[in-house]
Amino acid sequence: MYRVFGKPDKWKMYFRQLLLEMETLGLSSLGIVIIISIFMGAIMVIQIKLDMDSPLLPIYTVGLATRDVLLLEFSSTIMCLILAGKVGSNIASEIGTMRITEQIDALEIMGVNSANFLILPKVSAFIIMMPMLVIISMAMGMIGGYSVALFSGIVTVTEFEIGLQFAFVPYHVFYSIFKSLVFAFIISSVASFYGYNVKGGALDVGKASTNAVVNSSILILLSNIVITNFMLA
Amino acid sequence: MIELIDVHKSFDGTEILKGISAKFESGKTSLIIGQSGSGKTVLMKSLIGLHRVDQGQIIYDGRNMPDMSFKQLRALRREMGMLFQGSALFDFMTVLENVMYPLEMFSNMTAIEIEKRARFCLGRVDLVERSYSLHPSEISGGMQKRVAIARAIALNPKYLFCDEPNSGLDPVSSLVIDRLIKEITEEFNMTTIINTHDMNSVMEIGDNIVFIKKGYMKWQGSNKQLFNSGSEDLDEFVFASNLFKAVKDAHEKHGASI
Ligand SMILES: Nc1ncnc2c1ncn2[C@@H]1O[C@H](COP(=O)(O)OP(=O)(O)OP(=O)(O)O)[C@@H](O)[C@H]1O
Ligand SMILES: [Mg+2]
Repeated sequence: MYRVFGKPDKWKMYFRQLLLEMETLGLSSLGIVIIISIFMGAIMVIQIKLDMDSPLLPIYTVGLATRDVLLLEFSSTIMCLILAGKVGSNIASEIGTMRITEQIDALEIMGVNSANFLILPKVSAFIIMMPMLVIISMAMGMIGGYSVALFSGIVTVTEFEIGLQFAFVPYHVFYSIFKSLVFAFIISSVASFYGYNVKGGALDVGKASTNAVVNSSILILLSNIVITNFMLA
Repeated sequence: MIELIDVHKSFDGTEILKGISAKFESGKTSLIIGQSGSGKTVLMKSLIGLHRVDQGQIIYDGRNMPDMSFKQLRALRREMGMLFQGSALFDFMTVLENVMYPLEMFSNMTAIEIEKRARFCLGRVDLVERSYSLHPSEISGGMQKRVAIARAIALNPKYLFCDEPNSGLDPVSSLVIDRLIKEITEEFNMTTIINTHDMNSVMEIGDNIVFIKKGYMKWQGSNKQLFNSGSEDLDEFVFASNLFKAVKDAHEKHGASI
């Protein structure tokens, strides 16, 4: 741990890796985040309308519920669980492969602090990119819901818009982003840990990447409860 | 020069190296030979400090490695180059970037000088310009080995380590790699240590041969002395194949030199 978070051997190389990782871990996740968020936003509007179709409920119910689900849980927790699968397995298998093909030994022999060189840029890049992913996910979820309102007319656009804006608490956005930063740290560090400590062959890389995804998912769920308790309750 | 004095290493109570003493001189290619499981890889990893030895001295030109702090060890490693069994090229970098990497990390050269040096090293191992922008997965095993050699010599190391440089190569390519390593060793006056069980390499480049068996150092000498080593263990290993037995018989009959 101490070796991972120490000062990089050469800052120039660190920043180069950082940019590279911001692209591979962050930008390349943009597609999946956008697609899933749009569809989840859309489906939420439809489901909520079906379940809560009562004249007693105010017209803004659907928009409000959709917004709160997105802001509070979906765009941070659920999105991170999905990213744990994508990014976590990517990191674990990449570092694990470097371990079994002696690339990590090669770094060590050159006198490079391999843990620092490989892991620190990944962890920091993912943490830097995370808020962007969360905000985009929120926006896309709302656009998904909006399109349903626009094209299917299950709810009217005005109703939906009123709902979106009703009793809006900006703190929720902060809460969500804060959570996602913690999750980003969990995903990238847990996956790096499993990848870096692989012993054996290709099979073990596969196992490490499964372990990374499962364990980081569990940690995300647990820390979600703890954080929510502190920040919202 | 690297000198080993009574080096011991155990794993979980099983002693793998049982007191190895040997000398490796600069400008010469030294070979560590021995059967599979005899402890060659463990010895090499102990030499470069990936394993910490339990007892004994490993002296790099007067500096005893087991006494060093982690920081000193890392400084010493910058004087080392290593060729790994599977080449261990960084597969997210191109051929040229692989060779430039150690220079970028540890030299104070400008970007232009770095690229020039990398191109010089790649040229030295006879790689053609066309392959510089390819990734390791796109070139053959023999070419990967050459890139790995170029990367290992980029920082002008004093010590070069090769773990089975010929594994997975055909006899002709093996020969090319062996000769390349020997030439470079002489040219840059490096202390080169090679792990191998390839008898062709032994005959071709074995200036200095260290034979180990079951964790003991059994014999040290040059390939010229191999035929009358007087060591039964060594004969058993070297002349295991019919080809080499025939060579030995011919040698004894006619006194022919090889
Ligand atoms: N990290 C380790 N932990 C425990 N035992 C080990 C370790 N590394 C090697 N060994 C044991 O040390 C012995 C020697 O292994 P080593 O890899 O050095 O053999 P070798 O001479 O290189 O063989 P080969 O020619 O097949 O590569 C083996 O019995 C092996 O099981
Ligand atoms: Mg070996």
